[in-house]
Amino acid sequence: MKWGVVSFPGSLDDRDALWALRDVLGQDAALLWHKDESLGGAECVVLPGGFSYGDYLRCGAIARFSPIMKSVARFAADGGLVLGICNGFQILCEAHLLPGALTRNRSLAFVCDFVNLRVENAATPFTRAAHQGETLRLPIKHGEGCYVAPEDELRQLEERGQILLRYVDARGEATDAANPNGSMRSIAGVANDRFNVFGLMPHPEHAVEAMLGGVAGRKIFESIAGAAR
Amino acid sequence: MRAKVFVTPRRGILDPQGRAVEGALKSLGFGTIGNVRVGRFITLDIDAPSRAEAESAVRQICERLLANPNIEDFSFEVEVE
Repeated sequence: MKWGVVSFPGSLDDRDALWALRDVLGQDAALLWHKDESLGGAECVVLPGGFSYGDYLRCGAIARFSPIMKSVARFAADGGLVLGICNGFQILCEAHLLPGALTRNRSLAFVCDFVNLRVENAATPFTRAAHQGETLRLPIKHGEGCYVAPEDELRQLEERGQILLRYVDARGEATDAANPNGSMRSIAGVANDRFNVFGLMPHPEHAVEAMLGGVAGRKIFESIAGAAR
Repeated sequence: MRAKVFVTPRRGILDPQGRAVEGALKSLGFGTIGNVRVGRFITLDIDAPSRAEAESAVRQICERLLANPNIEDFSFEVEVE
């Protein structure tokens, strides 16, 4: 499957995503440049983690106006698969390709940790390699990961099954103590209502090799690769 | 013309920065304060034939980029120099 990973000025996980996809998972992946409009024939576009444009103004607020984001929006409107990781999730929210917004962590502290995530909907192109209710252990590293949306929007997300991942404790319960950033309803990842755009704060690309702490991230990429096949 | 733009966290949205500042002020003995919100203040120069047109442009600028309507409110003042 053909993947394109976008590099924005200030992206820092673009090469890790490329490594995970190409070198670890054997996918056909290439970097895309934010100033280009071509998506290079990618079947899935990845917006990586980092601090695009220094997180100035708001995280993702400036990157969303990069030339390539016009193509990404068109690609998404045509049903193309888009995955936003961390800063990529923030960019997708700013671009209105996903509902809600990501704000400063409740603690005001940057969090760098492993978290447990419960798969809330395994019937999507991004989660189908996992089981419903399965717990995935993935790393997080962010200062602005507190997911916020209006109450009626949250209700709709819930009803339509757009909440794909929630922060949970070791027993799989979405407790307040297991919520690392104060996200409403412990939301760690949401999809759009057509389920072709997905954003998450945790980093699946940092969890694809056992010697680096786990391979749960593979499930996300393998889901997508399976979906497009 | 010169515009001053104020962006603040929308009411009801958790503002941990505001809360931390409020806590610090109270611990300094300013017990009468409350509801501290930390936002952003932006100034910009704008060329426009009239104040009304400048205001309309600044409003668009706020809606498109300076504020995120999901989480922030904005207000602005246009001064004719």
